[in-house]
Amino acid sequence: MQKFNTLKSVPAYLPIVNIDTDMIIPKQFLKTIKRTGLGKNLFFEMRYDDQGKEISDFVLNQNPYNGSKILIAGKNFGCGSSREHAPWALLDFGITCVISSSYADIFYSNCFKNGILPIILEEEKIKELSEYSNRKEEISVDLNDEKIVYGNNEIKFDVDPFKKKCLLEGLDDIALSLKKSDKIESFETNLKDKKPWILND
Amino acid sequence: MSTTLYDKIWNDHLVDQQDDGTALLFVDRHLVHEVTSPQAFEGLRNSNRKVRHPNLTLAVADHNVPTTDRTKGIADVESKIQVDTLEANCKEFGVQLFGMDDKRQGIVHIIGPEQGFTQPGTVIVCGDSHTATHGAFGSLAFGIGTSEVEHVLATQTLVQKKAKNFRINVNGQLPVGVTSKDVILQIIGKIGTAGGTGSVIEYAGDLIKSLSVEQRMTICNMTIEGGARAGLIAPDEKIFNYLKGKPMSPKGDNWEKALNYWNTLKTDSDAIFDQELNLNADEILPMITWGTSPQDVITIDDKVPNPQSESDEDKKNSIERALKYMGLKPNMAAKDIKIDKVFIGSCTNGRIEDLREAAKILKDKKISSHVNAMVVPGSGLVKEQAEQEGLDKIFVNSGFEWREPGCSMCLAMNADKLKPEERCASTSNRNFEGRQGRGGRTHLVSPGMAAAAAISGSLDDVRKYQN
Repeated sequence: MQKFNTLKSVPAYLPIVNIDTDMIIPKQFLKTIKRTGLGKNLFFEMRYDDQGKEISDFVLNQNPYNGSKILIAGKNFGCGSSREHAPWALLDFGITCVISSSYADIFYSNCFKNGILPIILEEEKIKELSEYSNRKEEISVDLNDEKIVYGNNEIKFDVDPFKKKCLLEGLDDIALSLKKSDKIESFETNLKDKKPWILND
Repeated sequence: MSTTLYDKIWNDHLVDQQDDGTALLFVDRHLVHEVTSPQAFEGLRNSNRKVRHPNLTLAVADHNVPTTDRTKGIADVESKIQVDTLEANCKEFGVQLFGMDDKRQGIVHIIGPEQGFTQPGTVIVCGDSHTATHGAFGSLAFGIGTSEVEHVLATQTLVQKKAKNFRINVNGQLPVGVTSKDVILQIIGKIGTAGGTGSVIEYAGDLIKSLSVEQRMTICNMTIEGGARAGLIAPDEKIFNYLKGKPMSPKGDNWEKALNYWNTLKTDSDAIFDQELNLNADEILPMITWGTSPQDVITIDDKVPNPQSESDEDKKNSIERALKYMGLKPNMAAKDIKIDKVFIGSCTNGRIEDLREAAKILKDKKISSHVNAMVVPGSGLVKEQAEQEGLDKIFVNSGFEWREPGCSMCLAMNADKLKPEERCASTSNRNFEGRQGRGGRTHLVSPGMAAAAAISGSLDDVRKYQN
């Protein structure tokens, strides 16, 4: 997984609440057996018309937002389907940081598995940051110090220490869990005895 | 200390607890389908890892499969690749698969319970948000992403943080024609699509206890639409009777041992919840969704909302956006909404009782001449049972198409989809923009309400057609 440390970009602002993962990447693109190549279909139905032409007033079709690495969006971002294709599509487009006042649980967790930092801020702060998007000014995100710097201001954000470590170091959490193999094995031994119907042996 | 059912299952599956609150949880049952697993198997292959417990893993192709004649295979090239890839991966890693021609094939959340793979007190995961369905058996069941699918395949565990406890008590009796689908739509309308975020919801109360196993599944299934991590219901005799003798249920001595354990699975009477909500079943009416989020609910007697009467700017904008997408006018009566299609099926309402409920309304009636309607049974076994009961004939005689099992038009990954601006009364779970096809308009309803809409040609009150 790609490491996340600091990031500087003009943020793109999508002031819609309850953006679901069907909106982020519609089902016709879930037929892939790869993780890559989904960026061109990110927000497909808002981004292209029926003829497949770019819709010019959609934010990600406009300069400089078509190169944004940060997306600011309305609350409950990523609700609905568990599809990890949603963070894959964001990542493939180049977005590695999302800022919202809340996220759906599965999407939130999926971001961290893919080197994307989802930041939670109060609505008021989101409005403040969205001004920077409107003015096409860069903001910077520093994961280590858990802060966003914009103009002469900065805002602190919170992130779970374990998730932060994984992002900063680009850790593969399967390898981390496999380091606990002895604990898994002893759980299984115990399980055979306590609930013999579970293991199906 | 007093604990909730969720606490008990959680504690019983802790492999490791870190100081920062992160835990490693053992996974008892892992369901796999073709859409969210190829990249996970590829990850295993690239890192030279095996599936730790192939016999705790069960795979099925459901999202991409055609619901028409299957003898010709899958016409869509990409869909075929995905289904073939699942088959190849299952073979390589030794995972049991119900292939497209197996009569046990069906929607992953319908076949789990049907086979007895789903059991009380277990942790069940699947790369699919509607895994919440299995919570009806008193299991902790939730959807995960593909990276987590790979993690479970490799380690049979999952890294998790404990969620909050949220209890919803539903007491009383449902009026005639009102179903568990209306109960969960009403709940989502009340708490909103983010109302359950960060929580596991336990459903309790005498109404919940009175529901059949399948009706409970409908409620737990749509828990994710309320944003909760999982929904669960304490298991009881109905659950145990349902599971007894199922192919993958415990047998002999193990059945007795399992039963002893299952009987302990309940929330302590003095356990404290972080949040509680009480609902009176007697007041629930047949529900429909008018907008593009499952929280956009009204009763069939209501009118579509007017954005002008909303003071909150975000809400006003989202009502306007939804009305525009749905092609509806403010203050329009629900019953004036004319429909083009009806879809009965999905992991929410594709089980035998759902089909019986719809067939009861459709018996000796014809659907409206401008409506196209189809029934997609949730599994091959549901289809077989329905045919034994003659339900297929009732559907076909009324004008419905009778299809092969799968996810079908719930998410329109196969050939079953709405055309732009087509309007559908659907028994599925999501009315998101484009969910059932680009520009398609979805109204979520119960199976009886879907049948009533098919007959009337517009959304209508199922109570009118009660025999």
